[in-house]
Amino acid sequence: MTESPKPWLEHGLTREEHEQILELMGRQPNYLELALFGVMWSEHCGYKNSKAQLRKFPTDGPQVLQGPGENAGVVSLGDGLAAAFKMESHNHPSAIEPYQGAATGVGGIIRDIFAMGARPIASLNSLRFGDVADKRVKRLLNGVVAGIGGYGNCMGIPTVGGDLYFHPSYQGNPLVNAMCLGLMKADKIYKGQAAGEGNIVMLVGARTGRDGIKGASFASEELSDQDHDKRPNVQVGDPFMEKLLLEATLEILEADLVVGLQDLGAAGLTSSGAEMAGRAGSGLYLDLDLVPLREEGLLDWEIMLSESQERMLLVVEPAKVEAIRAVFDKWDLTAVAVGQVTSDGMFAVRRGERILAQVPAEFLTDRVPVYQRPQKEPAYFSQKKNADFSALLGGQNWGELLTKLMESPNLCSRRWVYEQYDHMVGLNTIIRPGGDAALLRLPGSRKGLALSSDCNSRYVHLNPRLGGAIAVAEAALNCAVVGAKPLALTNCLNFGNPENPEIYWQFVQATDGLAEAARALGTPVTGGNVSFYNEYDGQAIYPTPTIGMVGLIENVDDRITHFFKAPGHLIALVGRSLEELGASEAHYLLTGREEGEVPSLDLDLAARLNDFLVEAASKKLLSSAHDAAEGGLAVALAECCLPLALGADVVLEDSLSAAAAFFGESQSRAVISLVPENLEAIVSLLNSKNLPFSVLGKTTDHDLISLKHGEDVLQVPVNVLIKAWTEALPRAAAL
Amino acid sequence: MKAAVVVFPGSNCDQDNIRSWLAVTGQKADLVWHKQTSLPNYDLIIIPGGFSFGDYLRCGAIARFSPIMSEVIRQAGQGRLVLGICNGFQILTEAGLLPGALNRNKNLKYICGDVHLRVENDKTAFTSKYKTGQVLTMPISHGEGGYSLHPRELKKLQDAGQVVFRYCAPDGTVSPEDAPNGSLDNIAGIVNRQGNVLGMMPHPERLAEEELGGTDGRPLFVSVLQAVIGGC
Repeated sequence: MTESPKPWLEHGLTREEHEQILELMGRQPNYLELALFGVMWSEHCGYKNSKAQLRKFPTDGPQVLQGPGENAGVVSLGDGLAAAFKMESHNHPSAIEPYQGAATGVGGIIRDIFAMGARPIASLNSLRFGDVADKRVKRLLNGVVAGIGGYGNCMGIPTVGGDLYFHPSYQGNPLVNAMCLGLMKADKIYKGQAAGEGNIVMLVGARTGRDGIKGASFASEELSDQDHDKRPNVQVGDPFMEKLLLEATLEILEADLVVGLQDLGAAGLTSSGAEMAGRAGSGLYLDLDLVPLREEGLLDWEIMLSESQERMLLVVEPAKVEAIRAVFDKWDLTAVAVGQVTSDGMFAVRRGERILAQVPAEFLTDRVPVYQRPQKEPAYFSQKKNADFSALLGGQNWGELLTKLMESPNLCSRRWVYEQYDHMVGLNTIIRPGGDAALLRLPGSRKGLALSSDCNSRYVHLNPRLGGAIAVAEAALNCAVVGAKPLALTNCLNFGNPENPEIYWQFVQATDGLAEAARALGTPVTGGNVSFYNEYDGQAIYPTPTIGMVGLIENVDDRITHFFKAPGHLIALVGRSLEELGASEAHYLLTGREEGEVPSLDLDLAARLNDFLVEAASKKLLSSAHDAAEGGLAVALAECCLPLALGADVVLEDSLSAAAAFFGESQSRAVISLVPENLEAIVSLLNSKNLPFSVLGKTTDHDLISLKHGEDVLQVPVNVLIKAWTEALPRAAAL
Repeated sequence: MKAAVVVFPGSNCDQDNIRSWLAVTGQKADLVWHKQTSLPNYDLIIIPGGFSFGDYLRCGAIARFSPIMSEVIRQAGQGRLVLGICNGFQILTEAGLLPGALNRNKNLKYICGDVHLRVENDKTAFTSKYKTGQVLTMPISHGEGGYSLHPRELKKLQDAGQVVFRYCAPDGTVSPEDAPNGSLDNIAGIVNRQGNVLGMMPHPERLAEEELGGTDGRPLFVSVLQAVIGGC
C-alpha cells in the first residue's frame, strides 16, 4: 500500500492526532495500525469530545453494581436480582437505510445486555423525525418502526415503550435510540475483560463480511445529500442468528465456561479486542487467517473494521474450548479460536506467525485525546427569551385548541407504532405501552421494573441546562406515576458537530443540567452513548439528550395506570401551576414559534413528588396517576379520560391566565384520581411531603371534558377527542 | 397429564407456554428440542409461537422438515392432542396437519394487540370450557396471520365444524373489518377433521393470568386437561 502524503485523513484523524500517535508509537505506524487508531480514536469509540463532560455525571449509589465503562450498566434490585441496561444511537445508518439501520441498532444494544450475562427482557426506543407531512420522513418513519419490530419481534424480546417526536430539525437526520434491559443474578455479572495469559480468544456467531466497514467513522461525520453512497457503511441484521447467539451465549455463561466476553459493535474486532485487553490490563493477538469469512478476498483492515452483526468475542480457558464448541454446535453456530491472551499489553494482529499490526492496547483505549472544545453561547439563546404569547392570551376556542393538540403529531396516540412491536412476549409486561412508563413483573418475585424514555428537545434547544435537567425529571416522574421509585438512568446524548462552539456550548450546558438533576433525584448514570455530528447539510438537530430511566416497584400489585377508572372519582393536581407558556406545544401549534423561557424546575419539589407517588401507590390510595407534560393540564386530563371514555368536570381556581392554566407546561405536576374516601389520607400524605395540591373536580360518565377557569370554558366531547387522537398517526404515517 | 413444548431454533413463546401451562394446570411441561426423533408418552404437544428458522423462506416452511415433525405427524395421526399457536399454526399448515395457509397481514404490517374472538365450536377437546358464541379477548402478535384456503375446501371446513375461533366485534358480530389480518371468513383458529389438532393465531398463553390483563386464555388449557384426565 502506498502512503498518501496525509495518511491521517483517510482514517478520520487530524494532523495533531497523527503526531501524537507517532510520538506514542515512537515510529511510523503502518496502514493497518493507523486504521486501528482511526476507529478507536473516533468520537464514536473514543468519546474524545465528550469524556471531560461525562466525568461530571454521578455514577455511584448503593444500587449501582456496574457503572459506565462496561458493555452496560448494572443495578441491584434486591433479593439477589440485578438488571443490566443501556441505550445507544443508530442515527446515521437509519438515515441512509431506515429498516436495517434501526434493526441493527436494536441488535447491537441487545448484545450489549447479554454480554453482561443478563437475559434481555424488554426494549424501548426513542425516535425523532422531521415534518411527518414530508414523503421522505414518512418513509423513514415506516422503515425505522418496521426495522425495530422486525428485529425485536423475531428475538422474542418485547418492545414495551419509548417516545416519538417530530420536528423539522430532524428532517435529514432522524434519531433512532434503542434501549434494552436484561435480568441477571447480582453475583453473576460478566465483564468484557481478556484476563489470564494463555487463555483462548474465540469469535462466535456470524461470519465476517464487508458490511458496515468503517461504520464508527461514518457515525462521527455529518450527513449530506450525497450520503446514498454510504449504504455499504450500513450493516445488515439477522435477528434469527442473534436469537441463536443469545441462547448459546446464555447457555455457556450458565455453565461457567467463560472468563470474559464482549459483543462486536462499532469498529468490530478492533474495538472488542482492544477494549477487552485494555480493561484487563493484558494483551491479546488475533490471527486473521482463522477468522471465518463470508466471502474471500477481504483485506486485513476490512476484517479488522468490519461491523458484521451477530458476533461475540469470548475469552476462554483452553480446557473449556471444546465444551463451548459443543454448545455452539447444538445451535448450528460457528465458534472458532482466533487468538490468545498475552501479558505484553500489546494488541496484535497476525496472519500465522507474521505480525501485521502491533499496538499497546492502552494507546487505543486509554490514550484517546480528550478535548475541551471552545464554547460560545448562541445568539438565539437570549433572543428567543422574548416571546409574544398574544395568540394564546387573547383567548381561543379552547375546546377546539385541545382537539387540535390531541391530533397533533407530537401528542396523538402512538398505537400505530407500538402495535407493530410484540410488546407482550415473555409474559412480563403488566403495564403495556401507551401510559407514562411500561411496567414489567420480574419472574419469581413480586417486584417490578418501570421503564421510560424521554427528552423534550425544544426545551433543551431554548435552555440546554434546564432542558437537560427536565429530561431527567420527566423520565423519573414517568416511573413514579406508575408507583416505581426511580433507580438509575442511561442516556443517549444526540447533538450536532462538537467542533462548532455553539453546539459544544449546548452539549456542556445540557449535560451539566442532566448531571445536576440525576444527583438531586438520586438516579445515577450507569452508562450511555454519545452521538455527535447529527447534522444534515450543515443544519444541526435540536440538542437531544435522551434519558432512559429504570424504576423499581417493590410489589407489582401496587402499580398505578394513568387513566381514570370510574365516574365519581375525585380528580386532583399535585404540584403547582405557574404562568409558564414558554416553549409550549400550544404556542407552537398556534404560531409555529418556539420561544419564551422554558418552564422552571424545582428539583427538590420533583423529588418530593416522586416520593409521594411511590408511597401513595404502596398504600393503595390512588386510582390513577399521570404526569402533566407537553400540552399542559388540559392534555393530561384528556389522556386520563380517553382510554375508558370517561368524562371530567373540572374547575381551576388560580390567578393564572386561562391559557397558562389549561396549556402551560409547568413541571413536576401529576394528575391523580381517587375514591372520595381516600381524600383524607392523601391530604395528610401530601402535607407530610410539603406538596402543593388542589382538588380540581370529578370524573363523570358524560361524554364531555369540561374545564372552567373564571369566565373561560373549555368543553369538548370525549368521543371527538378519541377520534382525533387515535386516527391522527395512522393517517399521517400512511405512505 | 404430560405436556411437551417443541422448541425450534427461533421459537420464542416456548417458555411462555411452559409458564402459563404451569400457572393454569399446576403441571410442569417439558421442552423438547426439534432435533429429537421421539416424543414418549405425551398427552399434549404444543408447537409454540416465534420465528422458527427466522421465518426465512416462508413461515413454518423450514421447521416442518425438523426431525421432530415426523413424530408429531405420526402421533397426530394416532389422535394425540396437538396445539399450534401462531408460528405453531403456520408450521402445522406447512406440515399438512391442518388445511390452508397463513398469508401476510392485509395492512402489510406486524400487528400486536388484543382482539375479540367468537367461539364457533365448543365441542372440541380444546374448547369444552368455552361456550359456542362466547366472545373472548385474546392477543394476536404476527405479521402473517391472514388465513387462506380454496373456496371449495372452505365450505368443507365450515360444514364439518372445523372453524373454532373467528375474529369478531366486541358484541360478537362478525364482519370482514373485524379480522385485523384479512383472514378468510375471519378465521382465527381451526381443528383438523378428527378434532385433535388445533391451530390458532391468537395467543391463549398470553392471557392466562389476571395480572397480564385477562384470563380468557385459561379455559383452553383447562379444556385440554379435562379432555385428557376427565372429570375436573
